Amino acid sequence: MNLDSKIPEGPLSEKWTKYKGSQKLVNPANKRKLNVIVVGTGLAGASAAASLGALGFKVDIFCIQDSPRRAHSIAAQGGINAAKNYQNDGDSVGRLFYDTIKGGDYRAREANVYRLAEVSNNIIDQCVAQGVPFARDYSGLLDNRSFGGAQVSRTFYARGQTGQQLLLGAYGALSREIARGTVRLHERHEMVELVIVDGRARGIITRDLVTGKIERWAAHAVVLATGGYGNVYYLSTNAMNSNGSAAWICHKKGAYFANPCYVQIHPTCIPVHGDYQSKLTLMSESLRNDGRIWVPKKKEDAEAIRRGELKPTDIAEADRDYYLERRYPAFGNLVPRDVASRAAKERCDAGFGVGTTGLAVYLDFAEAIQRLGRDVVEARYGNLFQMYQKITDENPYETPMMIYPAVHYTMGGLWVDYELQTTIPGLFAAGEANFSDHGANRLGASALMQGLADGYFVLPYTIQNYLSDQIYVGSISDQTPEFDEAERVALEKQQKLLNINGTKSVDYFHKALGHVMWEYVGMARNTESLNKALQLIAEVEAEFWKDVRVPGTIDSMNPELEKAYRLADYFELARLIATDALHREESCGGHFRTEHQTEDGETMRDDEHFMYVAAWEYQGHDAKETMHKEDLHYEYIKIQKRNYK
Amino acid sequence: MNFTLHVWRQENAQAQGRFETYKLSNISAECSFLEMLDILNNQLIDDNIAHPVCFDNDCREGICGMCGLYINGRPHGNDDGVTTCQLHMRKFNDGDEIWIEPWRAKPFPVIRDLVVDRTAFDKIIQSGGYISATTGGVPDANNILIPKHKSDMAMDAAACIGCGACVAACRNASAMLFVGAKVSHLALLPQGHPEAQDRVRKMVCKMDELGFGNCTNTFACEAECPKQIKRQNIARLNRQWIGSLFGRDRVK
Repeated sequence: MNLDSKIPEGPLSEKWTKYKGSQKLVNPANKRKLNVIVVGTGLAGASAAASLGALGFKVDIFCIQDSPRRAHSIAAQGGINAAKNYQNDGDSVGRLFYDTIKGGDYRAREANVYRLAEVSNNIIDQCVAQGVPFARDYSGLLDNRSFGGAQVSRTFYARGQTGQQLLLGAYGALSREIARGTVRLHERHEMVELVIVDGRARGIITRDLVTGKIERWAAHAVVLATGGYGNVYYLSTNAMNSNGSAAWICHKKGAYFANPCYVQIHPTCIPVHGDYQSKLTLMSESLRNDGRIWVPKKKEDAEAIRRGELKPTDIAEADRDYYLERRYPAFGNLVPRDVASRAAKERCDAGFGVGTTGLAVYLDFAEAIQRLGRDVVEARYGNLFQMYQKITDENPYETPMMIYPAVHYTMGGLWVDYELQTTIPGLFAAGEANFSDHGANRLGASALMQGLADGYFVLPYTIQNYLSDQIYVGSISDQTPEFDEAERVALEKQQKLLNINGTKSVDYFHKALGHVMWEYVGMARNTESLNKALQLIAEVEAEFWKDVRVPGTIDSMNPELEKAYRLADYFELARLIATDALHREESCGGHFRTEHQTEDGETMRDDEHFMYVAAWEYQGHDAKETMHKEDLHYEYIKIQKRNYK
Repeated sequence: MNFTLHVWRQENAQAQGRFETYKLSNISAECSFLEMLDILNNQLIDDNIAHPVCFDNDCREGICGMCGLYINGRPHGNDDGVTTCQLHMRKFNDGDEIWIEPWRAKPFPVIRDLVVDRTAFDKIIQSGGYISATTGGVPDANNILIPKHKSDMAMDAAACIGCGACVAACRNASAMLFVGAKVSHLALLPQGHPEAQDRVRKMVCKMDELGFGNCTNTFACEAECPKQIKRQNIARLNRQWIGSLFGRDRVK
């Protein structure tokens, strides 16, 4: 199959306007006759469902949590980017576009990113109209701060809870449509199969997580907004129930999976402390506005700190190595995430790490507190400091925070064209679930921007182009052989897992997989480690299918069963991540191959051979996936070495 | 650290519930409360003696509002300003007995073990807890100035995570703090003014209809709120309510 990205003709800045002006629409009377399924209620899903409902479509929305307000977008802390240029510091749509392409290490599609930058301003307007309480200055105008990879202040924020406030805005809009009857909400429902009829996505099968009941839902189109797959690493900043299964199910049914090896490791998370640990907590990137990252200059100081003989405050200023400021004077502590993460790993691997494990660096606010006063620092970051103190029992106003990189976001995802449609007609993917806008590395405060751009301002247009000829199809029946078969497959998988009745819990296997992924497919990869990973993943998977114990029954609330069927998909996904990482013989963004680096440890891209999107096609559990290339053409941006020095 | 846990077990909404006792040993003080329950569940699976304990949890960083356990008689346990997932075992003493129960309130029926049904909160929001701003066609974000102190107060109220601790803490199972927080958040902002009077009436009526009680004026809700939402929001709710009765700007 030939990958057609359907990018409109014409100059970059006119593509979206032109598309909107010439696309097909559905008239209001016909909208009522068209059903759309939205899976997921995060920023992308909630905003898409609310917008489609407001237009008049009949929408069914599903979430695995007990309320749509709990989707993991809620945990985003720092902010959302927009090219408003309210600070008069030289920002523009063009600059946001350029920063995002460069931040993604020239591996994203120009037309999509330009559109994202274009609609970013509408998002801020929309959110303010919904009552999102963004931070303001004393004049009553909106305030901004800086994030990594940018030299302007374009990030809008609501204390350290921006994701929460944006999601509550979208949840409000969604609630309004639910009350109006245009959207039906199905909470505690998990998508367990996709139904394809005559080559088009026509519905889904869900499991009611309270009763275990399997149900059928038919529609004219399906939108997947189910987030990323970071939990394949077991420990990540994702929520416990975040999972990649919905996307993987679609992949197995024919949707190509793009760039799975692009995984973002976030530099500022609270370090791991024990093997019973269930998740890692992010400390917002916004902290790098005022916090300075350092380790001791002398190895003996670092060793003494690890033994508990020295405190960070004992280290003299001259004996501290502010390594980001040293290596990247132009961007300093605000280099992009992949760069900051690798730099922390480099220092710790070299023996300068702190904390009891040696796998931590300091994020220090002493200078900021001296410069701004404790009150200002508290107003900016108070809730983050409180969160840190509750978890670690240390006071960051008095001693530096300890941080270390952790898996955070996945740039890879379902391949989509300009209309956000996957390779299965009628199946759309939005937000983190698709691959489209961040290339090989996402800049801070851009995930919220992309989720809401897709949901409020892109999908409500592009989906109509698809639905316009669906008015002739009539209503979709769920009493067809395709639905029967999908239901049978879903039930069979669950029953098979329950029947194994082995000796070890699902968590045991998930931790084992996570360990393999972090060690061999983590921040630094090479041919040897990736081959090793492929072998170990297969071993853990084989043992899982022989020896897992899933207690309980199929027809009741059973969180262990949920974990088991999600993990079963993660094994296959893990293999694809390693395969993709192995084939990409270059370093770019979050994908760092140790064979391809400069003398001073920076990434070395190979534009001649790898300037393409790798879209993988599933061929069955035991077969190797087939790769399809979408070549990337940069007509407006001059390709450069990505340099933050 | 070693603990004796008394955990509420209940197969489903109709079944009779009971406390079951479990012993746990060698728990690290750095372990979070939910990680301690993970260890218990893995132990139950390994020993194959009982179905693992069901409890709601998701983000495990205190923001999603999914977790909520009644621990030794307090919602979210014996620490201030935290959710259950942010509670750590260092807040307990070695050898402690710990009683773990679900939220107990009529509008939050038990689903299984420690999991309750909180869809009543969604229904209250659906009754009017939003600003009706359809996508597109809104003014520039800086067109309407909002005094910083008002915006900050709105943010204080908007920080509610909808966990239900306020209802669980209240003898009357009142949702006044939850409703007050949303009414305040939107009423404090100029964008929320056009619908303010209708909003408060609809939300309060829905809250009553769903079986939430009236305010006890003891402010247990404020004391137990993990996000430290203030009782002033209840006062503002009452004021908005009275205003909507006597100051109706639409005479029928």
